[in-house]
Amino acid sequence: MSSARRVRDGARPPIRLLRNLSSKIAAIPMVLVGLGVFVGGTLWTVLHSFTDSRLLPRLNWVGLDQYERLWSTRRWLVSIENLAVYGIVSLVLTMCLGFFLAALLDRKIRYEDTFRTIFLYPFALSFIVTGLVWQWILNPEFGIQAIIRGLGFQNFNFDPLYNPDLVIIGLLIAGLWQGTGLIMVIMLAGLRGIDEDIWKATRVDGIPIWKTYIIVIIPMMKPVFVTALVLVTSGIVKLYDLVVAMTAGGPGIASEVPAKYVYDTLFTRQNLGQGFAASTMMLVTVAIILIPWAYMQFREKRQ
Amino acid sequence: MTAAVTTPRGARPKNPFAPRNIMLYGALIIFSIYYLLPLYVMLVTSLKDMAEIRVGNIFSPPVEITFQPWVKAWSEACTGINCDGLSRGFGNSVRILIPSLILSVSVAALTGYVLACWRFRGSEVFFGILLLGAFIPYQVLLYPLVIILREMGLFGSLWGLVLVHTVFAMPINVLLFRNYFVALPEELFKAARVDGAGFWGIFFRIVIPMSLPIFVVSGIIQVTGIWNDFLFGVVYTRPENYPMTVQLNNIVNSVQGVKEYNVNMAATMLTGLVPLAVYFFSGRLFVRGIAAGAVKG
Repeated sequence: MSSARRVRDGARPPIRLLRNLSSKIAAIPMVLVGLGVFVGGTLWTVLHSFTDSRLLPRLNWVGLDQYERLWSTRRWLVSIENLAVYGIVSLVLTMCLGFFLAALLDRKIRYEDTFRTIFLYPFALSFIVTGLVWQWILNPEFGIQAIIRGLGFQNFNFDPLYNPDLVIIGLLIAGLWQGTGLIMVIMLAGLRGIDEDIWKATRVDGIPIWKTYIIVIIPMMKPVFVTALVLVTSGIVKLYDLVVAMTAGGPGIASEVPAKYVYDTLFTRQNLGQGFAASTMMLVTVAIILIPWAYMQFREKRQ
Repeated sequence: MTAAVTTPRGARPKNPFAPRNIMLYGALIIFSIYYLLPLYVMLVTSLKDMAEIRVGNIFSPPVEITFQPWVKAWSEACTGINCDGLSRGFGNSVRILIPSLILSVSVAALTGYVLACWRFRGSEVFFGILLLGAFIPYQVLLYPLVIILREMGLFGSLWGLVLVHTVFAMPINVLLFRNYFVALPEELFKAARVDGAGFWGIFFRIVIPMSLPIFVVSGIIQVTGIWNDFLFGVVYTRPENYPMTVQLNNIVNSVQGVKEYNVNMAATMLTGLVPLAVYFFSGRLFVRGIAAGAVKG
């Protein structure tokens, strides 16, 4: 034991850099990933978005040309519009549905675990599996449309995956199915954190349950809502696999999304500069969403 | 807040057939149908033959149960010129999953241990940078990682993909481990240091044995995340190394040949089985994992 202590004493050399050496060695992966990949990679991509790189990256500056081209490409504009529509609708519906389901589960029901398991299991599945199942259910020849027509409504039309105007609805049905369970679990955790006495007090005051939720509980759960909001939005920006599996961007370019634009531009059309400009725009979008949130968190901590 | 998912308290509702209860359970059952429907449709479609699919509707149970589609999906379905079914993708996914799981969890645990117990000047700054990385869209880092892997000679190989999974798993898992280790009683470390244990001794003999639950939670996050990954698989591996999700998508969405919906659904179920099994067996730990990861992340 004494030798171990001597080793430890010996491992405290006067040079500051070598103090606590094992810990610094163990931190090497974190430093490499943080600086090398996250910071370095981001800077590299942003830098190369100002070049005319095509098949291979090179530093031939063209200023903002790639961005001008990007914002005059119809496919990119469609992608942005799709992401905005999908994003807003999915955000609102995920939050409402997630909270509603959590509130139902919080009403002291029987079989709570069973219901929670049912609502959450899609979250364990990949977007590829999700997309392929819903592609089959929404198949116009065999799926929901065919069944409702078979019931006698011959004029019933619901083929979102083959109709450019409805294709986002198809994506939403599948996306909500996969993702609401997560928000429900987070909301449920928030609801369970609320003091039982608050419920007792509102009951004594004779406030109806639905009103209690709106005027008392939801304002109290503001931090939970903010977290859920950040989580859902950062998931929406990443939307890619679901589109690939369900529609491959079609019909035509009706369901293209920015993440897919980046992938296709980088790896199939080999127009690197353009792909870097598009991915930089995605980064800017995330920053616009995150900076106010980070600022808010920071201010709350200081108070 | 993380561990707040507890059972409801208080007395059970008295009259099970009160209008309020009928509405409550009615709503729960309607939503359950929406969530269960795809699983049911997948299962019944995969057990029918194509003749039955063409005449019947997708919700009707199979008249004659056949396991042929499952066999075909597993060992005969074609992607491009290869016709050896999903078994190849399954093998690849397992060979990607196991090293990725071990590497990412051990790196994250060690880093979390440094950040919780052996801080040094600047460690918190690096941690902040790491956490910011969780919010960078993957698309921004796709190409830089291609270059890094190419320089290391790993591009296209399974090990390259393993490294990519480890990198992107770091922020959330390090956070998870750090927060867990910070909460361990400090006296233990002091006692261990008095007894002469150093950095590694404390890690292996005190911290790890006390932290089994968080290893399980992190493992669950990693297994489902790695198994369900599509983007990294498609970018960083060659076709012969494609993981199961990529191969599944290629089988189902291939344009040539007659569409065999029953085989497609059997393949889809096969791909979903691993994460579903993890989900059903881990139960509350899964919930705890995603709630912890989500709320803090």
